[in-house]
Amino acid sequence: MSLITDLNRKALDRGVPLSVHLDVTYRCNERCEHCYLEHDGDGEMSTTEIKSALDQLAAAGVFFLTISGGEPLIRPDIFEIIEYARSLGFNVKLKTNAILIREREARRLRELNVEQVQISVYSHRAQVHDGISKVPGSLYRTIRGIRLLKAHGLKVTIANVLMKGNLDDAEGVRQLAKEVGAHYTLDPTITPMMNGDTSLLALRISSESLRTVFTDSTLVGSVEEFCAPPTAIDEDTLEGYPCSAGHTAAYVSPWGDVYPCVQFPLTCGNVREQNFLDIWKNSPQFNEVRAIRGKHLTTCSSCSHLGSCTRCPGLAWMEGNMRGPSTADCEKSFIRTNIPTANMLKRGYTDAQAFAASDDTMLQPRLRGASRPLIQILPAR
Amino acid sequence: MITTVATPLAAATTYITRSHAVAARELAGEMMIMSATDSTLFSLNETATLIWNAADGKTSLRDIVENKICHEFEIDSETAYRDAEALVSSLASLGILQLSSEPTSAKN
Repeated sequence: MSLITDLNRKALDRGVPLSVHLDVTYRCNERCEHCYLEHDGDGEMSTTEIKSALDQLAAAGVFFLTISGGEPLIRPDIFEIIEYARSLGFNVKLKTNAILIREREARRLRELNVEQVQISVYSHRAQVHDGISKVPGSLYRTIRGIRLLKAHGLKVTIANVLMKGNLDDAEGVRQLAKEVGAHYTLDPTITPMMNGDTSLLALRISSESLRTVFTDSTLVGSVEEFCAPPTAIDEDTLEGYPCSAGHTAAYVSPWGDVYPCVQFPLTCGNVREQNFLDIWKNSPQFNEVRAIRGKHLTTCSSCSHLGSCTRCPGLAWMEGNMRGPSTADCEKSFIRTNIPTANMLKRGYTDAQAFAASDDTMLQPRLRGASRPLIQILPAR
Repeated sequence: MITTVATPLAAATTYITRSHAVAARELAGEMMIMSATDSTLFSLNETATLIWNAADGKTSLRDIVENKICHEFEIDSETAYRDAEALVSSLASLGILQLSSEPTSAKN
């Protein structure tokens, strides 16, 4: 067993929230066409309140802290926040578009020993990237920031979100990552906006394109392994839990709301009103999420993909039932293996394109929705 | 768990300070440490965790052993000190602990 697996197991056994994603603002200096956020900053936590939240997270045992947004560097106190987080012993990962990173910022992040920085790049071509970010010159400034971070010895991951507008540029971004010495991830997941607007789903790539991605060995490594048929369902799978959300991971919004995950915006409490550890241990919402095992899932518990599906309980919840299927993941499981899922069969579909084009895909989110990469495809080494 | 055995320290009096370049959190009595420079994850056992927590740069390793280890584990001080020397040498070679012959101030 690897040390990280052992660590996760210990945290799970003891009910410790090992990882927390903290969005310090939803304000942003880009307007990416696929973004699920509304960029309202009214009422977000002050410096003092964020420090208090960090104290609470440290006391609860949180080790891995992802600081994100919006654009976190838009906050003038961001380095004070990161410095405070580091003083509390957190392993800090920063998600940014790097537009505001110049020499001083890169040096400061190195001095603060931020463990890694993740930066979104949608294309190696300015007209495509800037077209998606809606900010002319943004690719130039983002790459400038990446080079400065690398020059200061920081670990950088370039994260590419694949959508219709940049479908042809995945390889170009991969080459760019290689050239600047960054890690690279590719994610075809597009989710509804927080306000429930599902129009963003029109940006999703087609089933046919997704199949092309899933069978590209330069992106997924072993296609045979990535697209392998699901294995037989065993007792461990039926007794297993869907993902780390609410088990060893949680999310805190700029207003202090606590969710199981950024992609699972079920309000469990607020750190302005209640101690994080109290929320984590005693919130009925967290306890409900934690009680769900594979065998409790409606439809999915009888699906042959149960053991290998990337089913997201947050997306399922946004579809109306946290124990139900996450339709986008049903589609992915089918496209990977060409074996229909129980959800598809139940709805009378055996063809992914018809399934994806149907009106019941993603349905109407009942509350605020959010997203973070659901499937990450690491490039072949 | 750190298992590397290193050469005993040369200095008669050693002060140890936690490196600024790591993240650390205690879980179930063991200290998890991750290096920001190479993302390597370490886990310290209970004894090593006691030493890590006491590594303020101001308390000598001898005093840490006497006051924390011998007091807690009923072990003779020379044996404990030799083991502690080997441990802190290992941690220093991994860049997660700094050694000095003079007191320093510890801050992250």
